[in-house]
Amino acid sequence: MNPVIVNDIHKHYGDVQALRGVSFEAGRGEIFGIIGPDGAGKTSLFRIMTTLILPDSGTCRVAGFDVVKEYKEIRKRVGYMPGRFSLYQDMSVEENLTFFAAVFGTTIEENYHLVADIYRQIEPFKTRRAGKLSGGMKQKLALCCALIHKPEVLFLDEPTTGVDPVSRKEFWEMLKRLKAEGITMVVSTPYMDEARLCDRIALIKDGRFLGIDKPNNITASFRTPLWAAKSQHMYHLLNDLRAYPDIDNCYVSGEYHHFTTRGEGFDTDALNRYLTSKGHAAEVKQIEATIEDCYMHLAKTASRESE
Amino acid sequence: MTDIVIHTKDLTKQFGTFTAVDHISFDVQRGEIFGFLGANGAGKTTAMRMLCGLSIPTSGEGWVAGFDIATQQEDIKKHIGYMSQKFSLYEDLKVWENIRLYAGIYGMKTDEIERKTRLLLDKLHFTKECNALVKSLPLGWKQKLAFSVSIFHEPQIVFLDEPTGGVDPETRRQFWEMIYEAADRGITVFVTTHYMDEAEYCNRVSIMVDGRIDALDTPSRLKQQFNAHSMDQVFRRLARKAERSE
Repeated sequence: MNPVIVNDIHKHYGDVQALRGVSFEAGRGEIFGIIGPDGAGKTSLFRIMTTLILPDSGTCRVAGFDVVKEYKEIRKRVGYMPGRFSLYQDMSVEENLTFFAAVFGTTIEENYHLVADIYRQIEPFKTRRAGKLSGGMKQKLALCCALIHKPEVLFLDEPTTGVDPVSRKEFWEMLKRLKAEGITMVVSTPYMDEARLCDRIALIKDGRFLGIDKPNNITASFRTPLWAAKSQHMYHLLNDLRAYPDIDNCYVSGEYHHFTTRGEGFDTDALNRYLTSKGHAAEVKQIEATIEDCYMHLAKTASRESE
Repeated sequence: MTDIVIHTKDLTKQFGTFTAVDHISFDVQRGEIFGFLGANGAGKTTAMRMLCGLSIPTSGEGWVAGFDIATQQEDIKKHIGYMSQKFSLYEDLKVWENIRLYAGIYGMKTDEIERKTRLLLDKLHFTKECNALVKSLPLGWKQKLAFSVSIFHEPQIVFLDEPTGGVDPETRRQFWEMIYEAADRGITVFVTTHYMDEAEYCNRVSIMVDGRIDALDTPSRLKQQFNAHSMDQVFRRLARKAERSE
């Protein structure tokens, strides 16, 4: 049986429908990514899977146990790193880790090998209060505390938000080592480059999964031709592209603007002439979709359907 | 010289024996989107605090909007806008109250505030949420509102300190469109971010390592110079040689 089984979960708060029927399974040693905007329902889903809140309907089993009836069993077997830093700010690094080990009836020594790679980096500061740590170090400590009881499943809710690219890369290397130990991970992230590092990802919006697949399959399933354009004046270029009749969805994307087109056989020469007439020295080229483009496309389609 | 809105020469800040910012020199042009990058602990926040008139340099010079950062901090504060992910709006005030408060602090007249507030809410499609408490808004909305409030008084320069942390790709794109629009109106945008793909939106980018500016150019020239296909690679090549961390 898969360590995480989520089946048709619904959850509402007052008038707000946070989750509208979410289902997925994550296998042993899988890194399952949940990608979506703030308010899409990611944190509600994490709280249900970690037995902190109850779903309105649907079922969820974690490590073989039911989140409603057998929550005590689950709590012994999972680690949770919430989005907000939730360690004891007034306790030192070492005290926090000792505390979490003690709560789960273990010791730092017993599972030191699991956290060693990470803990060694913060060990020089082990007498420092957790509240005085920088962002990257807090995140490493939180991961140690979530791991010290050797969980079967690890839930990570936006673990790298606000962390610089170098620390983020180190963090993902740690997750890969944990995967090799057979730990199942469900992780949410707003970073699309991290989405690529997951075995499978689900895109979530407005409480619904828009799609679940391997990152490569998600990008391969982007069937509409996608184009990129840049010029010396990117803001005017954006407005001019949007005003062009054959262009459907156009959005900024760093160095280039990306756009999809309506109908078959898009005439790039005509577009180039149009852009030249608007004063652009533009470069237009066809490109392969990234995860981020898929997200933009799915998000647009989802909001059209709900209107 | 009139088109240079930020100028620093050997700007330095020491805390005791620790040199947080170490002789940085650069210029930013009017209407430019200038990305200010660096790992956690590289000295970005300290440099930005000096430019905003919140911290006095140990040595070197800096001019912002025509004012000296060592002696004319109050003038600087009137001519800039500031927004950060950590602090921007008052959660327990309503949307319109936040706008009213900030505009009042910057000395705008009541009738002008009312007129511009209507325009702004209309543009953001926030008219219905005018009386909502800010804490009830989704994060992406808050950030768009916070940015709008930070340029409500039409400052010459707006400083954005990691404005898009934790925001999804769609909202981040809307946010960057707002930045483009502001820059098009002539507002200079000075922005820090941890998203290296966002560095690509900037006209020019500087990268701080151990208190110094180790690279400064357009994203495409930086990628050429470091033989990298993305800004993320450029960043990692530079950050790898950092000696101090956090």
